[in-house]
Amino acid sequence: MNAVTPIRTAAEQSLISAYAALRAAGAPAPAVEDLRAQGYSRFEASGLPHRRVEEWKYTDLRAMMREAKPLAGAPDASTLLAAKVAVGNIPRIGGSRLVMVDGFYSPELSDTGTMPDGVKVTSLANAIVGRPEIVARLAGSAAAQANAAFALNAAFLTDGLVIEIAPGTDVGHVLDLISITSAGEARLINARVLVLVGEGASAGIVETHVGPAGTDYQKNVALQVVVGNGATLEHGRRQIEGDQALHLATLDADVGAGAHFDTLTLTTGAAVSRSQLFTRFVGENSKATLRGVTMLRGRQHADTSLLMDHAVPHCESKELFKHILDNEAHGVFQGKIIVQPVAQKTDGRMMSQTIMLAEGPAMDNKPELEIFADDVACGHGCTCGELDPDLMFYLKARGIPHGEAEALLVEAFAREAIEDFGEGPLGVVEELREAMLATILDWMRARA
Amino acid sequence: MPAVQETVEQVRSIDVDQYKYGFTTDVEMELAPKGLSEDIVRYISAKKGEPEWMLEWRLDAYRRWLTLREPEWARVHYPKIDFQDLYYYAAPKSNPAPKSLDEIDPAILETYKKLGIPLREQEVLAGVAPENRIAVDAVFDSVSVATTFKDELAKAGVIFCSISEALREHPELVKQYIGSVVPTTDNFYATLNSAVFSDGSFVYVPPGVRCPMELSTYFRINEKNTGQFERTLIIADKGSYVSYLEGCTAPMRDENQLHAAVVELVALEDAEIKYSTVQNWYPGDSEGRGGIYNFVTKRGDCRGARSKISWTQVETGSAITWKYPSCILRGDDSQGEFYSIAVSNGAQQVDSGTKMIHLGKNTRSRIISKGISAGKSQNTYRGLVSAHRRATNAKNFTNCDSLLIGNKCGAHTVPYIESKTASAVFEHEATTSKVSEDQMFYCMQRGLTQEEAIALIVNGFVKDVLQQLPMEFMVEAQKLIAISLEGSVG
Repeated sequence: MNAVTPIRTAAEQSLISAYAALRAAGAPAPAVEDLRAQGYSRFEASGLPHRRVEEWKYTDLRAMMREAKPLAGAPDASTLLAAKVAVGNIPRIGGSRLVMVDGFYSPELSDTGTMPDGVKVTSLANAIVGRPEIVARLAGSAAAQANAAFALNAAFLTDGLVIEIAPGTDVGHVLDLISITSAGEARLINARVLVLVGEGASAGIVETHVGPAGTDYQKNVALQVVVGNGATLEHGRRQIEGDQALHLATLDADVGAGAHFDTLTLTTGAAVSRSQLFTRFVGENSKATLRGVTMLRGRQHADTSLLMDHAVPHCESKELFKHILDNEAHGVFQGKIIVQPVAQKTDGRMMSQTIMLAEGPAMDNKPELEIFADDVACGHGCTCGELDPDLMFYLKARGIPHGEAEALLVEAFAREAIEDFGEGPLGVVEELREAMLATILDWMRARA
Repeated sequence: MPAVQETVEQVRSIDVDQYKYGFTTDVEMELAPKGLSEDIVRYISAKKGEPEWMLEWRLDAYRRWLTLREPEWARVHYPKIDFQDLYYYAAPKSNPAPKSLDEIDPAILETYKKLGIPLREQEVLAGVAPENRIAVDAVFDSVSVATTFKDELAKAGVIFCSISEALREHPELVKQYIGSVVPTTDNFYATLNSAVFSDGSFVYVPPGVRCPMELSTYFRINEKNTGQFERTLIIADKGSYVSYLEGCTAPMRDENQLHAAVVELVALEDAEIKYSTVQNWYPGDSEGRGGIYNFVTKRGDCRGARSKISWTQVETGSAITWKYPSCILRGDDSQGEFYSIAVSNGAQQVDSGTKMIHLGKNTRSRIISKGISAGKSQNTYRGLVSAHRRATNAKNFTNCDSLLIGNKCGAHTVPYIESKTASAVFEHEATTSKVSEDQMFYCMQRGLTQEEAIALIVNGFVKDVLQQLPMEFMVEAQKLIAISLEGSVG
């Protein structure tokens, strides 16, 4: 058979030259060069994923990413100054603030004054020097490695953050992590964050992704999380990128024995976005809750793809995702729970629900189960429809105007995913819940 | 929770080593030369005495097939099939087109007797209530050997015959409908079938006629190294009703045999087709040696308004099952249903499910699927529910449960739910309490646990459907119905 020579799209060609330039410039450490090369070779082999790649069936990245923007460099003084103003306008959640500008950690814009002992924050570029254990962690899980977005993130690995929480530390407040894209020419932002939660420690982290409106910048970020034995991590995420942005985010989490991992994402931004969650139980008797609320309007496209790997027995996972779609928006949910043969007594529950507020939106759901153990409880569900006309009638009959009635029902619908978040031992994310509910109400108000 | 003991025993009783239909019949056969080429396609067409357009149609399909690649997306693994190492046509030598039962090779008659399929009308009539009568089309390898009750059906205006005969007697009907649901370009196996199909059943029910009896086709693979490629075409004209059953078995052999069928259903305005299958091809032994590769394309087109197509399948056989009986809900207010029980044992691999494609307004569909896997088998439900932009008020309810017995097998669910209209209401196993809150409440109020209540409701539901299968097909089905859903997942 003849060898197939792939035809490269303009975006693929730009990415190839961007990698060549990055390589020529040299890496901060040889180990990083290896990581980049591994990621790049995976990208080179398959190119940008398209609809014939099952995992990307509903998000044809090759078609949606017509061109690749030039790779963003470290921000200069004026960029930092402008970013400082923009960051200042974002209400703070929790005690300490960590800021990344264009994918680079900025200690100047961050506020780590109240950071308790036992929490160490280092820029990724610094953390990898002379620390092979950190570099080893950055390789990611097999599932992440096989993923095109993560491979690209690895190929351009330069900076980001490493947050280490010492065993037994109770952080006591939320770490407020802002990832901001500066205004100006559209670029490709690449960042990696690694969070290591030591044994028995507990922490809360909120990520907020923001950027300028009117610019079609591209962002490909990855968050790697290791929740140690008996540890707790509550992770919130707000994706409120600029209206023309392309946003790719990967979460790769290892959950240890007796640990608890809770994550909640609110998506309202970006023209095209995809949030990927790869979660794996590596120790028994653990619990993971993955939740999300996605609100889209106009012609926005948002994809949530998750893989929950029950690799050990006696673990419990819950996945709940809510989508609210208006105008001609397109929502995607692809979820997969794998129960390995040894993972007896697994409890997995996955649910995806959609409300359409107009005639135009489209929703594609694929809630998948792959079960190899016989003594498990596993379920998946999926619903899709408009707001219940009976409920609308009930509210309107009581004098509530149409728009308000809709807002009320949408809030109730979304609340289910938000309400229980952070009910774990920490319980310090009340502010985040309130902020998210406020965003939802604002979103509904903007419809009117 | 694990499967209950009773279930384990029930499933054991239909395990692969319990296969009862594995005998072979010694009949002298006429075989086409081995392999596939344009000449073989011409040979088959000539054997059937087909009109010229049919040959062209087959050749088009064959040329198309040469450009296609085997699909690899299903969760089934098997060594590559050598399509040149098969006989594409095998017919009993004695009399390939018998006019009456007396002309049929007694060995073949004996075979059907052993399988419990009555071919003699008087045998059927004796002591059986008229409403339980079934007309049977018996297909032996590549040819239809007998079709019963044809005259009586003709009185009602119903055409029931083999597709070869239909091509001779009613070419205009065949020409109008064949390939209109599953086009020759549809997929690898359907295209192959279009090129080489040898026989199958043809049913036409005229407007306003309720078919006076159940129709059925019994497929038997007998000859070695053959592939069976049958084609079934059922047309229910305006306001008519027909219920059709399909059964299949094959001898036990160490080699794998290919079965690639195409079934097309067309329901015009207000018509209803009920299609039931009891698929019991030889599943291979517990190590996975032998067994039938079952690659089937089944599709129904609810072409007219208020039409209805219902698929019921009981799947216990085949080494590999690759089949997705689907409904295209084109007519406004049309309905599609899919009820399936798939049991896999030994080293069987099942990748089956359905597609409900909502195109018309107010269309409704319902999917109930139970998969039970034991031994080292893999059982996958793969289904699509989609609503087109124009399909306002479309409704779907899907419930698919799987049950595993032992931890060497796998049960997988791959549903695709695609909605492009807000007024479509899709529920995929949406919380059991929402499915039938009233029924659940009723049961639980009387002291049943939630799980017992679910089992009762779902079993009751499926039972309701399967009880409508005639006695001949009931044996397997009964056993399956008894299988409790306790311990099921997803």
